[in-house]
Amino acid sequence: MATKNAAPRNFGFGEDETLLRDMARQFLDERLPVETLRGLVAEAPEPIYDEGQAPRWDAGLWKEIVELGWTGLAVDSEDGGAGVSLVGIAGVVEEVGRHALPSPLVSTLAASWVLREAGSDVAKAQLTRIAEGATATLAITGERGAWDPGAPALSARDEGDDLVLDGTACFVQDALKADCLLATARLGDDVVLCKVAPDATGLEIRADHIHDLTRDQATLRFANVRVGPDAIISRSALPALQRAWPALLVLVSADLCGTSEWQLQTTVEYAKQRKQFERQIGFFQAVKHPLVNAMVEIDRARSLLYHAACEIDRGADDAETAARMAKSAASDAGAFISDRSVQLHGGIGFTWECDVHIFFKRSLHNQALYGDGVHQRKRLASVMMGPIG
Amino acid sequence: MSAAVLTPEQQEFQEYARRWLAENAPPPAPERLPITPIEVMTTGQRDYLQAWQRKCYDAGLVGADYPTEYGGGGHEGFQRIANLEMGRARVPFLINIVGLNMAAPTILVHGTDQQKKKFVPGCLSGDEIWCQGFSEPGAGSDMANQQTSAVRDGDDWIVNGHKVWTSLGHFAKWMILITRTSKDHKYDGLTYFLCPIEGHAGVTVRPLVKITGEAGFNEVLFEDARVPDAYRLDEVGKGWTVAMTTLTYERGAAESAGSGGGDGPHPTQRLIDLARDTWRDGECAADDPVTRDAIMQRAIVAEGMKQNGRRARVPALCDHPMRLPLQQKLTSSEFVQDNARLGVEIAGAHSTLYKLDEKAPSEGYWPLAYMNSYGHTIAAGTNEIQRNILGERVLGLPKSK
Ligand SMILES: Cc1cc2nc3c(=O)[nH]c(=O)nc-3n(C[C@H](O)[C@H](O)[C@H](O)COP(=O)(O)OP(=O)(O)OC[C@H]3O[C@@H](n4cnc5c(N)ncnc54)[C@H](O)[C@@H]3O)c2cc1C
Repeated sequence: MATKNAAPRNFGFGEDETLLRDMARQFLDERLPVETLRGLVAEAPEPIYDEGQAPRWDAGLWKEIVELGWTGLAVDSEDGGAGVSLVGIAGVVEEVGRHALPSPLVSTLAASWVLREAGSDVAKAQLTRIAEGATATLAITGERGAWDPGAPALSARDEGDDLVLDGTACFVQDALKADCLLATARLGDDVVLCKVAPDATGLEIRADHIHDLTRDQATLRFANVRVGPDAIISRSALPALQRAWPALLVLVSADLCGTSEWQLQTTVEYAKQRKQFERQIGFFQAVKHPLVNAMVEIDRARSLLYHAACEIDRGADDAETAARMAKSAASDAGAFISDRSVQLHGGIGFTWECDVHIFFKRSLHNQALYGDGVHQRKRLASVMMGPIG
Repeated sequence: MSAAVLTPEQQEFQEYARRWLAENAPPPAPERLPITPIEVMTTGQRDYLQAWQRKCYDAGLVGADYPTEYGGGGHEGFQRIANLEMGRARVPFLINIVGLNMAAPTILVHGTDQQKKKFVPGCLSGDEIWCQGFSEPGAGSDMANQQTSAVRDGDDWIVNGHKVWTSLGHFAKWMILITRTSKDHKYDGLTYFLCPIEGHAGVTVRPLVKITGEAGFNEVLFEDARVPDAYRLDEVGKGWTVAMTTLTYERGAAESAGSGGGDGPHPTQRLIDLARDTWRDGECAADDPVTRDAIMQRAIVAEGMKQNGRRARVPALCDHPMRLPLQQKLTSSEFVQDNARLGVEIAGAHSTLYKLDEKAPSEGYWPLAYMNSYGHTIAAGTNEIQRNILGERVLGLPKSK
């Protein structure tokens, strides 16, 4: 695991990380220009919402991504992965967000980080599979929508060497594309972490109807789902989950920074080209100034993102604080530029035809995921100001 | 300075600065000091602060990056370190901000060797206080609309006109001055001078009272004031270009050669302490969830500014080289304002008290800091103008000129 070093002045962002990010950008520019994205996710809206879930991703593109080794970015080299730092991963995920890549990549990276922190043999074996291209996701939130891992969705009971799971896990990202579900459950005073196959007996996966067109989400009902010892990752997983949590916030923040930058640049381009009153609308300060405000917010979020990733990489004590600051800033910046990106496109911005809505919805989804700005600040306040009362 | 860690020389300098500041922190001021240099009002405050700047200069903590032939220390990358250490040590600020942050760097870029030798050392030591004569009644945001004229007369120029909002003008020996030397071209008709002020014939300095009730800036009237041609900076008609250099330094987009000075505890801690000490509707303000959320928002902006500064030094993480530097003035001034506004809100009814009221908490700090903060969002080009600049230069949006 990461050792405690002095904070590097460049956030630990060196040549390798730059190269990785630039390759990701180039690859996605080529393979997923916005016209392609639109064809993939945004044509024929009604059936998409009707069916609840369509596989709105390009399996061929995903195969290339696996070949590039992206699923293994967070897997240590001894387990067959690339062992890239979180700063390096953040650079890639920003590009993923900037292209609104429909894929279970972020879920898989998040699951990998939890497995890494858990560190058991079962976890390591699963990490190797992920490095080879298996996808994974986390089932940790219950019906009451708790955002932190201390209140798992499911309950577990011992039956011989096996565990039996019951309950409902909600808001499970990309569950329809996951080869492996990582579920947490309460067992006495402990939180257990185990892996469950999507086709396990007693497990019902029902797709949610969601706005975000670039991912799927599901509700998982567990009725006496049996988990053998070879699938139990940890019987006391809370510390590992808590250690992993800042990294999950960083991954979502990176995606948000990417979508926000796309929204900014696209809206700026529109403001340079659209004319009203014989001028480009970007001439008017009612258009110009909010775009500058958005840039300021996005830059703040990006700097906080690299800082948080860097603090996690070096195992610093303030990793959680830094990550919550990053998620708060990224959620709020995302909300602001999303709002302005639709508004400043005018009538066309209100339509399904304009690509802006694809990014708007992905951002909206990410803003809530793992806790919005208010939630992060509530937790921050308890760290920085102490509990209420 | 590069992204690399400190060189051994820089490290040694850092240790030296830290030690020197610990051993030489000045005694408390004889009278209360204002929050920033542009509020310095009395000769008592001035003398105390001028002596402190001189001491820091003699110790090598001011002008450390400047060439030795112009009175500097001649060591690249030292000033930032000194500034950080001065901030950390919470010593008083350096009074000569116009001299340090605007006049000296501009003279270094545009001046003759003689001008550099004559003017730079006084800027650094603080022995000669400078002021800036850019604004006029009709030339604020539209800075090129200068009406103050300079007309050539042999080896001199004759200056007539009216400057306003001249910070530190009441103590200044010199002014960086823009004038109109030709009516035919708006931008190319400007010329930049280094103009004597204190006791100079034809120059009248009159104080103006600020929103806070303090004096501290001025209007300056020129009536046939003579300025030798030797004090002209750069060519006739190049005044706009020179002024742009000054503004780049003034707005913090270029790494400034010196400032420093501490401004007390970390701003977030200040707000937390205030909330802990304040009762609102019978409860401790620090327990109010809305107040807590507001303080955390400020904390995130504070950390964001710090990390922006760090990221600005990693070119691979910046898509446009000026994107972060040009945000500096906008974000830092609004940060100060929003913090002070929140302080006023938390302090509630106590914010009604002026500093002279003995019940005023923290000697009336919050409401005064709030009002003072408009000095920063208006001066050096208003933040609306900063947004225009960012929109046009960084985002490439059409120009509003
Ligand atoms: C505390 C303080 C200290 C100062 N010290 C000095 C000094 O030492 N030397 C010096 O030369 N000057 C100094 N100034 C002057 C300062 O630079 C000017 O006040 C400033 O540039 C604004 O000009 P103005 O006051 O004429 O306002 P105006 O230009 O009249 O602006 C009025 C309002 O209109 C807005 N506005 C104007 N044009 C535009 C536009 N194109 N787009 C959008 N909004 C616009 C402004 O943002 C502002 O809100 C100081 C000012 C203050 C407050």
